[in-house]
Amino acid sequence: MIQLTIDGRPIQVEPGTTVLEAARRLGIRIPTLCYLKEINQIGACRMCVVEVKGYRTLQTACSLPCADGMEVRTNTPAVRAARRMVLELLLSDHQVDCPTCLRAGDCELMRLAQETGLRSVRFTGEKHPARVDTSSPALAVDSSKCILCQRCVAVCREVQGVAAISLAGRGFASRVVPFFDHELGEAACTYCGQCTLVCPTGALTEKDDTEAVWAALLDPEKHVIVQTAPAIRVSLGEAFGLPPGTVATGQMVAALRRLGFDRVFDTNLGADLTIVEEASELIQRLRSGGPLPLMTSCCPGWVKYAEHFWPEFLENLSSCKSPHQMFGAMAKTYYAQKMGIDPAKIVVVSIMPCTAKKFEASRPELAGSGYPDVDYVLTTRELARMLRQAGIDLAALPEEEFDAPLGISTGAGALFGATGGVMEAALRTASTWLEGEPRRLVFTEVRGLEGVREASLTIAGQELKVAVAHGLRNAARLLERIRSGEATYHFVEVMACPGGCVGGGGQPLPADGPDSLPALRQARVQAIYRVDEAKAIRYSHENPAIKQLYAEFLGEPLGEVPHRLLHTHYHARQPVGIRVR
Amino acid sequence: MAACGCGGIQPDDPRFRELDAFIDAHRHVRGSLIGVLHRAQELFGFLPEEVQQHVAQRLGIPPSQVYGVVTFYNYFNLRPTGRYTIRVCMGTACYVRGADKVLQAIQSELKIQPGEMTSDGLFSLEVCRCIGCCGLAPAIMVGEEVFGNMTDAKVPEVLARFRQQAQGGEPEPAVAAGKEGAR
Repeated sequence: MIQLTIDGRPIQVEPGTTVLEAARRLGIRIPTLCYLKEINQIGACRMCVVEVKGYRTLQTACSLPCADGMEVRTNTPAVRAARRMVLELLLSDHQVDCPTCLRAGDCELMRLAQETGLRSVRFTGEKHPARVDTSSPALAVDSSKCILCQRCVAVCREVQGVAAISLAGRGFASRVVPFFDHELGEAACTYCGQCTLVCPTGALTEKDDTEAVWAALLDPEKHVIVQTAPAIRVSLGEAFGLPPGTVATGQMVAALRRLGFDRVFDTNLGADLTIVEEASELIQRLRSGGPLPLMTSCCPGWVKYAEHFWPEFLENLSSCKSPHQMFGAMAKTYYAQKMGIDPAKIVVVSIMPCTAKKFEASRPELAGSGYPDVDYVLTTRELARMLRQAGIDLAALPEEEFDAPLGISTGAGALFGATGGVMEAALRTASTWLEGEPRRLVFTEVRGLEGVREASLTIAGQELKVAVAHGLRNAARLLERIRSGEATYHFVEVMACPGGCVGGGGQPLPADGPDSLPALRQARVQAIYRVDEAKAIRYSHENPAIKQLYAEFLGEPLGEVPHRLLHTHYHARQPVGIRVR
Repeated sequence: MAACGCGGIQPDDPRFRELDAFIDAHRHVRGSLIGVLHRAQELFGFLPEEVQQHVAQRLGIPPSQVYGVVTFYNYFNLRPTGRYTIRVCMGTACYVRGADKVLQAIQSELKIQPGEMTSDGLFSLEVCRCIGCCGLAPAIMVGEEVFGNMTDAKVPEVLARFRQQAQGGEPEPAVAAGKEGAR
């Protein structure tokens, strides 16, 4: 153990611990901008400088390992002046349009400027040229707000293994860009949006589609339907000051009704529908011998990643559309017929924890009914903004119920919000069908937040080998083992975002900074399991609305109508992505 | 936004085979990227998109990272360079002795800006910081040849010499392979 003092207080740490982490353990806050624990510790922003006795210059606490006898001081005139200067210089080359910025209120740069007591910026002069990139349907980039902290670069490379963006150029010409200064829309980017969760400023954000949704809501000709993903009800509360992990289903429904949606439905029903189709597909592939492993296809970030980086596995992907796309297809066919509404007048809005869903909804092949399954995708953050614009305080609302019939769902559908959830929901139904009766409800083997989880189950006397990965770099490790033949499975679930959808790129930003993301994901995952446990029906195939849907409209799972409306296909995509080793 | 980085190089260009031989000999060396990029620029004269993509694929490094390295170093060119690259030193010594006037003279003589190439493909112009000839300030390099104590008045004379050489009047000046540009 290493002994040192920070601000006069002694502490013992393991070798290799940084001064920053040691200070955090003592409850001493050292401000950071570029730091992401274990992901980006590059000492680039210089916000975390501290005085160390015997050192000639200030040291960056994030990259300085503790040493025996070290005497660190985090709050001295020199430290305060240096931090203030760093911020002053950053702001001198920053587009300071704070009141109208999307990140107003939760900008880390602004918060630090306040904390350090910076009152004016003395430096004026040239600013680096603004580069606004709205070429992708999912993400928006505004380089005039970029402070080059490289947290986005680190997440994209180290967590996701995608490396769609990198730091290019040098000095004043430095910029964060895709390969060859291409636009994001032309890059091997999965649109997972993890970069938007770690960007300290308004440089990287979701593409805002709220105005289009307001317009649809105001259009008297339109019948506007909203559906909410499983992960929204466990995260939306955070944007209104409720503690992480709060289940706010009823308030969320009430809020959506007050916004003016004609029907408030539940993507969880789409998830149940997905399970009925996907469990059928799994059984069919097990019986016909493949292609195996069957890989889930609910996650649009994962699907696009596979299209760029792993085209050899595209035939393994389930042909099932994702839940909200299935839901949209049902809204514009079954529901339209039942209600006698012209599907051209139906607008389907999906509230998703996800930026990649925006891209998914724009895929031309996802319009089997002749109309796009989904018209607009809003992230959790965009919904929170719309509610604020409308003066709706989620926390103060009474609880209301989803509309019938497309608002009825099961505990299995709810599980889709957490890593391992699609797997577990599919196992509930598939094992019931294979064994002839429901024998098992909970599959703890596939729960948890380890990057890759594997399990070998015995179902109807047969061994079923399954694996779950979340975070695309973890997925790449799993896929590489499958590719090399080192591991074989029957069924694999991949979610692009750490934690699954609860950790999606469209979720509320971590109020305590990005190092609190793991704890947030944990709280939201636990909430997902509480939603499941509270449901009367916990097997997707037992959902009465789903039974009715098949009886009245769809026929048999994997049949002709489901094939046309609920299934899709994939294609290899350019540019070819290079897998990070 | 993105300038077309296409160098008009076909995938079956024989220079790729030469590059691959070099990459395969160095791929297991950590930090081999810069060496590979040097070799690629020697072969192609510059580093267009398809060459960077090829290097990325062959080394298993994300293209964005390759691009980051290419754009970090002044030495690497994203655009084709002329037969002779003129480098005007703007280091402190050269600068105080009038390098800006020399640069101005070259710009107006060739009608190009730094980073550009003349339409006949003969010259490209770069600005650099210190070529290690401070005693000869202001100095410029044309290809691998250094010209010291430059003045704006001497510019036409120097350029004329290389024009003449290019026309075959004299043997090729000694130019390192890396500076010759695309053949």
